[in-house]
Amino acid sequence: MSEIADKVKKIVVEHLGVEESKVTPEASFIDDLGADSLDTVELVMAFEEAFSVEIPEDAAEKIATVKDAIDYIEKQKAA
Amino acid sequence: MGIVSPLGLGLEHNWSRLIAGESGIGRIASFDPSDLPAHVAGEVPAGPTEAGGLTLSDWVPVKDQKKMDRFIHLGLVAATEAVEDSGWKPESEEDRCRTGVMIGSGIGGLQTIYDASITVHEGRARRLSPFFIPSALINLVSGHVSIKYGFKGPNHSVVTACATGVHAIGDASRLIMLGDADVMVAGGAEAAVCPLGIAGFSSARALSTAFNDTPEKASRPWDRDRDGFVMGEGAGIVVLEEYEHAKARGAKIYGEIIGYGMSGDAYHITAPAEGHEGAYRAMQAAVRSAGISVSDIGYVNAHGTSTMADDLELQAVERLFGDAASQVAMSSTKSAIGHLLGAAGAVEAIFSILAIRDNVAPPTLNLDNPSTESVIDRVAHEAQRREIDIALSNSFGFGGTNASIIVRGV
Repeated sequence: MSEIADKVKKIVVEHLGVEESKVTPEASFIDDLGADSLDTVELVMAFEEAFSVEIPEDAAEKIATVKDAIDYIEKQKAA
Repeated sequence: MGIVSPLGLGLEHNWSRLIAGESGIGRIASFDPSDLPAHVAGEVPAGPTEAGGLTLSDWVPVKDQKKMDRFIHLGLVAATEAVEDSGWKPESEEDRCRTGVMIGSGIGGLQTIYDASITVHEGRARRLSPFFIPSALINLVSGHVSIKYGFKGPNHSVVTACATGVHAIGDASRLIMLGDADVMVAGGAEAAVCPLGIAGFSSARALSTAFNDTPEKASRPWDRDRDGFVMGEGAGIVVLEEYEHAKARGAKIYGEIIGYGMSGDAYHITAPAEGHEGAYRAMQAAVRSAGISVSDIGYVNAHGTSTMADDLELQAVERLFGDAASQVAMSSTKSAIGHLLGAAGAVEAIFSILAIRDNVAPPTLNLDNPSTESVIDRVAHEAQRREIDIALSNSFGFGGTNASIIVRGV
């Protein structure tokens, strides 16, 4: 797993208070990890802070799973 | 009933420490108060739950803690104790819809607002937590309690500064009388022992500053050396229930709310009117609604904040009781826990009910030299055994708002 993926996973565990084993790439923040809409706003903020990236609202709305987040951040970092 | 206060967590834990004459006041530990005029407060002690301390993760899941200011944490702790103590677990949708919540706060999420202001001031507005607003809103204790237990009846809140707790319990009892609910979870929660809270009340010259080196002596209602109130934090929550409803399910009944009175001073934003005539009218209205005579009242839990206003309240109580004044005991439990602002009236109403249950008047600590003599026994230093069937509890708030509640044993 990439360094970014590790860090994303850690942030999700911390913010949503879920078991690490549940944070699989396919896991949906809302459907599988018990987040509500405010939790996802906060998660995106935490990603922005941790990776020094800007995630605009329209992009944030498309981040529904752990993999979505990792992919988006990796793309931003590669650019 | 449930209490969290500077004396710790739990109804019986609080009551036994209060009766033993212990104090929950100390030097402020949650932040360094050196820059502020007042260095003392009553803070809820951290520690293992079984020892009466606060271990928040025992009450609020870690991931939810940051979504709520501390006043909501404390409200949830006391509400959990109260609801479990009541044994009320509505199983049907109808019963859930007949169960409401009315928990208030005087100030709400002051530290949360402070922290958020800094974030915005630093140009980081986009980093503001989405939980900022729901963390700071006063009615969110009621909201969280309803969500936790599925109580779908009236969901309400009260904000009347230091009279909040009495207004919440009084108004909730009226909602039951009016038929809006069968059961109401009611009370107050406060956590304003933070730099902004201490600085704000200091600036209004309301806090004690002369006892920074002897914190336990700082709250001294009616004593000639008193120099302001000591801020406390905590929550007091009761479960109110329509009498026949409670009897039918064999509920544990501590007491009955028989009288409630309110008034406004229409005088000054912080100072009470001469002779505390607003307080007099609130007490009088409570006595009238209870349909009792003042001589039936065995104990008064005074507002008694350890400020100049103490003697005005004393005058008002003397006037109310007239010839019966020499028979009544009156104490200020703020001498032990400080002034819990919006939670004060609720915690003190609970103490009043326990005073009836155990026939004990809790003491007024530090009342070494009363500034005014009175025929009213103010229970200096030590708790007193006495026959108490009915008790009156007073709370008055900034803005000139007064509330009195009368409870009776069952």
